[in-house]
Amino acid sequence: MIYRVGKILLVGAVVWLAAACSDKRSPPEGDTGQAATTLVTVYSARKEHLIKPMFDRYTANTGVEIRYITDKEGPLLARLEAEGETTPADMLITVDAGNLWQATERGVLRQVDSPALAANIPQHLRAADNTWFGLSVRARTIVYSTERVDPQQLSTYEDLTAEPWRGRLCLRTSKKVYNQSLVATMINTLGEEATEAVVAGWVANLATDPYSSDTKVMEAMAAGQCDVSIVNTYYFGRLKKENPQLPLALFWPNQDGRGVHINVSGAGITKHAKQPAAAVALLEWLSSAEAQGKFAELNQEYPANPAVAPSAEVASWGEFKADDVNVEAAGRLQAAAVKLMDRAQYR
Amino acid sequence: MTDTALKRPALPAAALAPPPNGRLWRLPAWLMAGLVLLPVSVIVLSWGSAQTEVWQHLIATQLSRLLGNTLILVLGVGVWVMVLGVSLAWFTATCEFPGRRWLDWALMLPLAIPTYVVAFVALGLLGYSGPVQTLWRHWFGADAWFPDIRGAGGVVMVMTTVLYPYVYMLARAAFLAQGRGLMDASRLLGNGPWSSFLRVALPMARPAIVAGTALALMECLADFGAVSVLNYDTFTTAIYKSWFGFFNLQAAAQLASLLLLFVFAALYAEQRARGSGRIHQQPRRTRTAYQLTGWRGLLVSAYCTSVVVLAFVVPVLQLLVWVFETRATGLDSRYGALILRTFTLGGSAALITVAIAVLVAYGQRVSGRLGISTSVRLAGLGYALPGSVLAVGILLAFAYIDRQLINPLRLLLELPPAQILVGSVAALVLAYVIRFFSVAVGPVQAGLERIKPHFQEAAHTLGAGQWRVLRRIYLPLLAPGLLTALLLVLVDTMKEMPATLLLRPFGWDTLAVRVFELTSEGEWQRAALPALTLVLLSIPPVVIMVRRSRAV
Repeated sequence: MIYRVGKILLVGAVVWLAAACSDKRSPPEGDTGQAATTLVTVYSARKEHLIKPMFDRYTANTGVEIRYITDKEGPLLARLEAEGETTPADMLITVDAGNLWQATERGVLRQVDSPALAANIPQHLRAADNTWFGLSVRARTIVYSTERVDPQQLSTYEDLTAEPWRGRLCLRTSKKVYNQSLVATMINTLGEEATEAVVAGWVANLATDPYSSDTKVMEAMAAGQCDVSIVNTYYFGRLKKENPQLPLALFWPNQDGRGVHINVSGAGITKHAKQPAAAVALLEWLSSAEAQGKFAELNQEYPANPAVAPSAEVASWGEFKADDVNVEAAGRLQAAAVKLMDRAQYR
Repeated sequence: MTDTALKRPALPAAALAPPPNGRLWRLPAWLMAGLVLLPVSVIVLSWGSAQTEVWQHLIATQLSRLLGNTLILVLGVGVWVMVLGVSLAWFTATCEFPGRRWLDWALMLPLAIPTYVVAFVALGLLGYSGPVQTLWRHWFGADAWFPDIRGAGGVVMVMTTVLYPYVYMLARAAFLAQGRGLMDASRLLGNGPWSSFLRVALPMARPAIVAGTALALMECLADFGAVSVLNYDTFTTAIYKSWFGFFNLQAAAQLASLLLLFVFAALYAEQRARGSGRIHQQPRRTRTAYQLTGWRGLLVSAYCTSVVVLAFVVPVLQLLVWVFETRATGLDSRYGALILRTFTLGGSAALITVAIAVLVAYGQRVSGRLGISTSVRLAGLGYALPGSVLAVGILLAFAYIDRQLINPLRLLLELPPAQILVGSVAALVLAYVIRFFSVAVGPVQAGLERIKPHFQEAAHTLGAGQWRVLRRIYLPLLAPGLLTALLLVLVDTMKEMPATLLLRPFGWDTLAVRVFELTSEGEWQRAALPALTLVLLSIPPVVIMVRRSRAV
């Protein structure tokens, strides 16, 4: 009985599959004829709930349809490379400058000479050859327990290696790209030797093994396991929103020196884009004053466009001097940073 | 059609000689092996270029620690899934005790919860900031010692709670099929209940137990989700570090191929150790259960219940709390479509994979081979690779076919180059088949090994062809194994993440994709809704499967 049902279902499945394959998407770029709506295709490592509201608004404004898939950066990049000129993707959105730099390095992005983008996005937040543009900025800064730490005691990232912090520091794993970018920019400024000493000092001061997420780190801090850490601002914002009473606060380090480490999420146009003009128009819109506020606010980030003010909540964390080293350094030195952290036994 | 086959005069000689078309029946196994070898060869080809820099770095800084961690994990999980899986299967399949009817299916449910979800729930409950430790410190002081859930013990516990159902399901099907005949014979010959269990029931169920344990261990070796939530470094950590840290996909593929080699060798060694002895089941339909009454019954009942509570009820309650806390954010109009697609993909993958598994396993038997041949072993390798690595291997292979085969054809027809395979539903289902073939073939083969070859010989003597034998004799006898295979593939496909992410057509988001979107930036509370839906979706198939396997 069962196998008979199974057989019928199987035949059904095969027929359906065959149908699904054959009637699959007529190439959108083909029909240039009557009233064709433009369709822009996006590969995104930024999550759906952070980009879809933007796309919906753009579609409502312009009538341009946007389709997308989301995945991690590594697989998306591998897919773009493998697809070559047959790729349907027009735009790649990813998080972290290191990943954007890799995309350029692999030759999957094209140069975009757009006066609008050049005007909207500051030089240190985009590729030197204009293959990608930062769209939002996050700071990776020090967070401390307001119950057990006097902010007067805090000064720099490097100072967290000092004696008073022994057994009081929590860190997220070195496998997360945000820490790799932080260390990479430190290598860029301080040199490899000095940076390794700093990282080893952090490891020596750890209260417990590194956690897998910034949120877990902050929860452990609130529970009393440790007193200081280094986190991305939006994780702090998210946690504060859930629990305003949380006894944690942000501190902006290195204000007398290079400034706070920042990173970007950003986008570029693919080399083999089928709709390059429409994709550039979308990118220009995303960098515009009209879109930047919302794009940043969705994830409690800072707009990349300096003409746009951050949301009230983000602004309430205070102003700071940001490290203006070009974020590309994060990509160039990422491998060196990973190796350095492995040598320092930062897990 | 089949009537003519019956009317044909039967030649006794034909039954004893190798069955007709014996060689042809080896074809399914080799076709399947070829399909799996497409992505695997992409990965093995990575050895074409030396990646000495990455290798030197890994060996110098961490490889020995990673291998040690992996060994502890595999040993711990291996022992625990066998202990839990076999004992629970024995109780529910052969005994009668209070609550057995619902425990029978409830014990399978942990399978439906993705490993990384259990890991996160465990970290949330048992971590430093979790309720258990907070209470602990409240009672015993701020410095009271508590084991860190992120250590080896915690990881083994998390993996075991999710993976024991593989052993449980397969062993249960085996024990159900055994009936009580041989056990009673052993008891009559003077063996005690324990020695009868160890010397009769257990060896008979060995293929099933081994198949289940192998699945659990392969999943554990290839896992990246749970170990990264708990920040426990294993061999896969090195693979992902090479890929995402050094952006060196080739070094990652080289490491992954070593993992493959290890699994292949381990499976081969087990096969050799098992020897060629075969025990075939008694086709007994009547089963009398061992009645466990009084404190024995209650004890067994408490044991089974506590496993269900720890491995299923607690994680699900935590998910429910999160759904409630986030007020089910994300429950929008697209949710129905999300569920439908998840189920469609899972269902088609399950049916196709199991159908192929039956053909392959049956083909093996008909072509006169005992045990598992090289082709089947090759075909099962898809499960031993970390999901993302296999997904990329499949993508590269499909992209190559698109480029080298399909597009030249399209050029001939004067069509513009386009992607046909990559990003199609067919390719995605094919990817599931490649990944989960060994999940399906394990239960099918374990079931097949218990069926006496006499049936087949008798049927051939009566003039029935291979197809007819397969349909009329094997499939009904195999039903418990088949249902197990269908369910395993269905549930595994529904929670599969890397291949779905990379190969899905535009708009084909599933529940697992939604879970990924939310968890990858740490929004676990919001991910509770799709995760819980995924779990709920798996319950009806589990219940149906258990009912059916009893009825047959």
